[in-house]
Amino acid sequence: MIPLSAYTAVSAVLFIIGLTGVLVRRNFIIVLLSVEIMMNAANINLVAFSHYLESMAGQLVALFIIAIAAGEAAVGLAIIIVVFRGKISTNVDEMNLLKW
Amino acid sequence: MVGVFFTYFALISIAAGVLTVTLRHPVHCALSLLALLMHVSGLFILLNAEFLWAVQVIVYVGAILVLYLFVLMLMNLKTDERYFHQSALYVLGPAVLGASYVLYNLLRSPFDGAKGDTPAAAVLQDGDTYAVGIKMFSDHLLQFEIVGIFLLGAVIGAIVLAKTPKQLDTERGRS
Repeated sequence: MIPLSAYTAVSAVLFIIGLTGVLVRRNFIIVLLSVEIMMNAANINLVAFSHYLESMAGQLVALFIIAIAAGEAAVGLAIIIVVFRGKISTNVDEMNLLKW
Repeated sequence: MVGVFFTYFALISIAAGVLTVTLRHPVHCALSLLALLMHVSGLFILLNAEFLWAVQVIVYVGAILVLYLFVLMLMNLKTDERYFHQSALYVLGPAVLGASYVLYNLLRSPFDGAKGDTPAAAVLQDGDTYAVGIKMFSDHLLQFEIVGIFLLGAVIGAIVLAKTPKQLDTERGRS
């Protein structure tokens, strides 16, 4: 029997990897991929707690998170296409149009 | 046996996550994210969540990741990006320390709490899909509807963002 803490540890490691990716990488698309890693870490946590605490709510929230990840991917990629059309670059450092 | 599978899925998903963050070519990053998603779905199987496994494979791998790959190949990105911010090195040491402290505490802590109403035997009796469906369309119907509205808004927003406004203006000018 796998202890619950093992699942939370895997999820924490994945979350840290995703956070590092968001902070370190400069390519907008890879930043979005790192956000997907973080969402998967949250999903692992939710499903593990749902299994060990014998409640269905965790799996439902994980489902909603997947739906929201789909929406985030669609809108994020549309923003990338708009930015890429104007500047021919997906470096997040060069997107400073809204900076004051 | 379950321990072997858990170790395999956990280690490969962590390795794939590291590769996703560190590889240079964006397409390689997306492909290693595919490996990560598939192994995370394996973890869902170990947790008796077959429905989420199917949703993960179909929606995440089949739709979201293919969308990312589509945009990557559409834009034909060259990756001459600076790899690290200079300031990242100063943060790295404390970050590693803090992360290992959190991990140590996570592995030691005995998680426990109030049990819910669906033990593993009840899930296995009718299947996970049945349990998820009953729960979703009885207690969580409002959230389901809200997610539906959210997805509609996301689709409309994506279309509005990604269409080309310039051509529309020239057409209006001509007519």
